Amino acid sequence: MAQLFTRDTQAIFWNNNTTAIQRMLDYDYTIKRDKPSVAAIVAPTSSGKFEKFFYGPDEIMIPTFKTTAEAKVAQPQADVLLNFASFRTAYDVTMEALEIGGFGTIMITAEGIPERLARKMNATARANGVVVIGPATVGGIAPGAFKIANVGGTISNIVNSKLHRAGSCGLVTRSGGLFNELSNIISINADGIAEGVAIGGDRFVGSVFIDNLLRMESNPQVKYMLLLGEVGGIEEYKVIDAIKEGKITKPVIAWCIGTIAKYYDSGVQFGHAGASANTQGETAEAKNRAMAEVGIYVPQSFNDLPNKIKEVYESLHLAPIQEAEMNVVPTVRRSKQFICTISDDRGDEATYAGFPISSVALPSTGKGIGDVISLLWFKKQYPKWATDFIETVLKTVADHGPAVSGAHNAKVTARAGKSVVESLVTGLLTIGPRFGGAIDGAAQYFKYADDNGLSPKEFLGYMKNEGIPIPGIGHRIKSLKNPDLRVKGLMEYAAEYFPSTPLLDYARTVEALTTSKKENLILNVDGTIGILMVDMWRALGYAEEEIDEFISSGTLNAFFIVGRSIGFIGHILDEKRLEMPMYRHPMDDILYDVQMAQEI
Amino acid sequence: MAQKAIREYDAKSILAKHWDKYFPRFTYAYETVLVKNGLELREVAIDHLWLSTKTLVAKPDMLFGKRGKNGLVLFKDKAPGDVTLVKAANWIDSKTKEKQEVYFSFEGDTPSGNPSVDYLTHFIVEPFAPHDQAEEYYISATCVGDEDVLYMSAEGGMEVEEGWDEKVVEVAFPITATEAEIEEKIKANIPVDVAQKDKTAFAQFAIGFFKAYRELNFAYLEINPFVMQGRKIELLDMVAKLDDTAGFMMVEEWGSVEYPTAFGMEEKSPEVLAIEDADAKTGASLKLTLLKPDARIWTMVAGGGASVVYADTIADLAGIEDLANYGEYSGGPTTGETKFYAETILDLMTRKKDLEGRDKILIIGGAIANFTDVAATFTGIILAFEEYADKMKEIGMKIYVRRGGPNYEKGLRDIKAAADRLGLWIDVYGPETHVTDIVRMAVEA
Repeated sequence: MAQLFTRDTQAIFWNNNTTAIQRMLDYDYTIKRDKPSVAAIVAPTSSGKFEKFFYGPDEIMIPTFKTTAEAKVAQPQADVLLNFASFRTAYDVTMEALEIGGFGTIMITAEGIPERLARKMNATARANGVVVIGPATVGGIAPGAFKIANVGGTISNIVNSKLHRAGSCGLVTRSGGLFNELSNIISINADGIAEGVAIGGDRFVGSVFIDNLLRMESNPQVKYMLLLGEVGGIEEYKVIDAIKEGKITKPVIAWCIGTIAKYYDSGVQFGHAGASANTQGETAEAKNRAMAEVGIYVPQSFNDLPNKIKEVYESLHLAPIQEAEMNVVPTVRRSKQFICTISDDRGDEATYAGFPISSVALPSTGKGIGDVISLLWFKKQYPKWATDFIETVLKTVADHGPAVSGAHNAKVTARAGKSVVESLVTGLLTIGPRFGGAIDGAAQYFKYADDNGLSPKEFLGYMKNEGIPIPGIGHRIKSLKNPDLRVKGLMEYAAEYFPSTPLLDYARTVEALTTSKKENLILNVDGTIGILMVDMWRALGYAEEEIDEFISSGTLNAFFIVGRSIGFIGHILDEKRLEMPMYRHPMDDILYDVQMAQEI
Repeated sequence: MAQKAIREYDAKSILAKHWDKYFPRFTYAYETVLVKNGLELREVAIDHLWLSTKTLVAKPDMLFGKRGKNGLVLFKDKAPGDVTLVKAANWIDSKTKEKQEVYFSFEGDTPSGNPSVDYLTHFIVEPFAPHDQAEEYYISATCVGDEDVLYMSAEGGMEVEEGWDEKVVEVAFPITATEAEIEEKIKANIPVDVAQKDKTAFAQFAIGFFKAYRELNFAYLEINPFVMQGRKIELLDMVAKLDDTAGFMMVEEWGSVEYPTAFGMEEKSPEVLAIEDADAKTGASLKLTLLKPDARIWTMVAGGGASVVYADTIADLAGIEDLANYGEYSGGPTTGETKFYAETILDLMTRKKDLEGRDKILIIGGAIANFTDVAATFTGIILAFEEYADKMKEIGMKIYVRRGGPNYEKGLRDIKAAADRLGLWIDVYGPETHVTDIVRMAVEA
């Protein structure tokens, strides 16, 4: 892998660090990436499904998940994990990601992970061919392609330091703050960086100087490299060896900071946890000297580093970098209060899930109300057998006479002189667990029984324990011998047009058992509708969890609400036409049993 | 710093606490006490009967070695093994009366270099354990590069370092080594000089030792020597460092363990302790080390890397004699945390005038921050200025500022305005100026 990141690289961000994520998205917008660089957020304690962020002047939603595994399943192309867990959990998060697999790079920001855990984590990643950046790092950047979290700071600094487009220097540092500083120095004295990594300040970090420099050696964008080391450790000597062995041939500029450490005993810790010289060879002087001896460009001091960069860069006579076009992130942005994902009225013609209204409304389109529902409720184009089924359901539930409680309420309200809408909502408010709710209940319980492989007998036992009658089973007068023709029709339709009806097949075995106990314990129309809806969604390829969500969010009830509104309005208009007077319930139809209230 | 030295007493206590887990086939009496003076030794003798019934060994427990060569191990009065409680208590009192000279390095038995001079404050007292030289062994473990290395020798005692290559067997293990691999490798590498009859027992002890080193998150663990008499083990001398970043996982395992200042090192000042305390309570980083409190140049630098660069540059351009402190704040400290940090430094800095009557120099430096809000942290520094402006003017101070990062324009503007308003001398630079160039300006001025 010559390049760590490309313009297509996407990351899963562990921890909902909104500031850092927003900085990444601002960067994406600035450099005109096609896709946001953060594909998913893992937020174990969040309850939402997405988090809103600005993308330029607009907002986008980034999905959130409770676990890395779920995020990875949903966004398998995201092969970078940005592990922003604390030092207490960063190890576990990394190890889990290595277990899940599919990550090429894992960046760990926590400082002070127990050394033994850090070593194990780094060794396991290395064995799996995964590049670890950190721990204790601000990250890295491939200018013009992908930026990790806070690297480079604000957008204005990024543009000032030419981090929005690739230059020709490969930059590797230990320190994150100085990484940013050096990006700036390189932009002033040369043409910016092609790729940069801050490897992290802890004693044990994953990828070390040599790993990054060898990759940059094979990256054609990188023309020369800059290494900023520190007192302590022997990593710089691996670079020296690679140069001696001819593995690194591009010019390298390097400096080790911490030359002051020689004046003090080991009691003074300068800089990062990793920065402590245990032997003479680990001092900054020794390393600077050894690096100069193999032809690395070593300045006199850090203060002299800019001159050295300028000198090396100019000696290479590189062609000037074509300055890239950028977007400008607006300075004032307002977060949107509402989100709409189903329709849009901003264009010439309003659309339903992307379809202009006229393209589904006119008879010539051949589309029906089932198509409109599939677009506006499910944001999908359902096949004809499914939209026909939806319409059949709506027609079937439209009315059930004036005596049922919802229609009765609507009629009473209409007779009290209220408007159509007032009367209608009175009727609609009656819909619930006892009126129309059997559709939901039947779908929920039959699906539960089927999902858990309960035999009809076990299912009956289960419902008995729950203490509720089986929703969707039973009719006042209809029985096997005197079947409900609505039910018969729905079942015949399903048999002919549904690819398969596994839940209905199961429900029929339950019905066989219940009717053997009592004639009228048949699968009724509510039950049939709920069960066939589940079969419809299964046949359309929805996951079981999605179907469970439809059930729990009340989608099934919604079909009943839409259908029955037609009937309610019919009854209301009927009352208006008949000019029926105010209704008063006859007193002889009420059992009065009123006792004197006791004093307490 | 992640690796911290602990007292011999604490090292033994940790091993004793987990003894049966790691050394089930061996016994260790764990007869050891840590005292500050003779009186305390007499007091603890009430609970530790062996102090009165056995003869004793006493030595300082203050993170330095070569105690024998420094004449600081009491094991005989007239003959080895005749030290009583009273003798030990008197000896400890005689050693705490005045400062002692301790040499850290020797050539043969001759001390080399300058001694450290300090009071002895902690002593470890244990029973005298008579044994043959042949029963003494050496064992230690630490991390070298990416690997853990176990060192074993059939010869214990003080002389082990003189002849290391011949006498010590080194066995290295990758971090991912399994228990089976570890056991096999140790068994295959028992030093040849260990008597044939003791080889199995030695291997068992070494395996337990290495597991304890790994699982209890020691960064360094040495017993030199330990004595093996059948199943009975004596830990005659121990040195240990813990990886203190593992502290949150090892609360139970380590118990109450102390990280003392080494002998001869200046005790940490209250200011430094206060900063350490604040550092422990924040997700950000606040560090302060006092180098030469009377010196002229003080630094208040943001960032672990940048702070080193500033220190390097001051040493190069002004010399270390002029550098008063080393420290850094980073990781986005709050305004309040920065104020406290700045106040601490200003307080220390304004206690004395420069000996040569020059202005003192305060370097408020930093690289271009990635995410620390410069204006917010500078607000903290400004609040500290307001508190200390009079004292700052009284001793004479020039302030040089260089910083970049989020909100830096406002931060620089604010600090300049505040200094001007308070009548303080200040020069302010942003990212267009090289990060350490203010040091050159300050020194050349």
